[in-house]
Amino acid sequence: MSRTGTLSRWLALSLCLVLASCGYNRIPTLEEQAKAKWADVQNNYQRRADLIPNLVATVQGYAKQEKDVLTSVVEARAKATQTRIDASQLTDPEKVKQFQDAQNQLSGALGRLIAISENYPDLKSNQNFLALQSQLEGTENRIAVARRDYIEAVRAYNTELKTFPGMLWAMTVFRGNKPMAEFTANDAAQTAPQVKF
Amino acid sequence: MAALRQTLSLLLVGLAAALAGAASAANIPPLTGRVVDQAGLLSDADKISLETRLEDLEAKSGIQLVVATVKSLEGEEIEPYANQMFRAWKLGERTRNNGVLLLVAPNERRVRIEVGYGLEATLTDALAQVIIANAITPRFKAGDFPGGIHRGVDDIVTVLTTDASEWQKRPSLRVDSDSADSHVNWLVVAGLGLFVLLMVVSPTFRMLVFAMMLSGRSGGGYGGSYGGGFGGGSGRSSGGFSGGGGSSGGGGASGRW
Repeated sequence: MSRTGTLSRWLALSLCLVLASCGYNRIPTLEEQAKAKWADVQNNYQRRADLIPNLVATVQGYAKQEKDVLTSVVEARAKATQTRIDASQLTDPEKVKQFQDAQNQLSGALGRLIAISENYPDLKSNQNFLALQSQLEGTENRIAVARRDYIEAVRAYNTELKTFPGMLWAMTVFRGNKPMAEFTANDAAQTAPQVKF
Repeated sequence: MAALRQTLSLLLVGLAAALAGAASAANIPPLTGRVVDQAGLLSDADKISLETRLEDLEAKSGIQLVVATVKSLEGEEIEPYANQMFRAWKLGERTRNNGVLLLVAPNERRVRIEVGYGLEATLTDALAQVIIANAITPRFKAGDFPGGIHRGVDDIVTVLTTDASEWQKRPSLRVDSDSADSHVNWLVVAGLGLFVLLMVVSPTFRMLVFAMMLSGRSGGGYGGSYGGGFGGGSGRSSGGFSGGGGSSGGGGASGRW
């Protein structure tokens, strides 16, 4: 066994320990966590989009004349499902805003659809409609929770990039890591479940 | 200097945020048992019969169902409040997230069934809504809080325990995971052995390992594994009761009366 071999083995081991104790792992860990939370957000929005065709079909059976509202829901849904963000685009505030706007538009259209359904007693007592309503309400709540978790994860990640000792790693090894864009707080319509029955 | 000041202010903001988080969690009453009756809606006899019912459920299925009544939601909607409470109490086992919270806020006239991640498929939003609308709120409307809570718990337990596929799955799952565990352990041991052997024998391998460590991220493979935190296994110890480390993502339903 050579001398340099022993030396390099010790070097590798001590480097390993030093890196771990200096928070080398924290930036990638927090980044992955934020990305996982984003996946939750997107899944929950997708789940809402999946409920809509059924809801529209049910409402159509009772309220055909509300064509405008129904079309606006269908159109907003199509737009919202087209606007997707993969995890690498989270650092782009413009993309995140586009996604947010599309989803907000769908929320607004859905709110109107629920509001007009109040005018149709037969629809309101339809079992299928009631089940869809509670699922939609639950999904809105899950979206709110997932958004809150994501905002929290992004805050932790961004703070790590800007504070000591994460700052040192962000300036050297992880120079490519940019802060992620947070959701803006102005869409109060989303933080509280809007669909009330 | 400016950079230093910015860093300091960021640290302060972080600290303030942490304190604020702690403060909002402080409004949630401590988890003193399976029935936390802060609003004083239940008699002692009611509490005891509910506790035995809930203990029974956990003994049979591992599911932690907790009933809570609060004097005030602190100006919040019931949905975020229930979610915070669920997460603060860590209901359900950490790996299975099989907890359920029945929260009653008599002063706001709001009730919610908050369902852990692991039970969302069994106790769906629609079923939770049906339980609230049929079993709970009609009795609450008449002022019969113990009756509504008893009936609600009965219905939740019925939904949770009559899912036959879940019962059939459980024994086989346990056997599978046991054998899988020992399999992995052998693989890990063999891998470690190989690693040590190569480190000792081959200089090229040593250089490779060294280079990989220096090259930073190219090693890749950081999973999204969470820090977690150990949440005391099952909270079935005698006397004290605690959550098992489960979490909820906002499943369930709410109602008003």
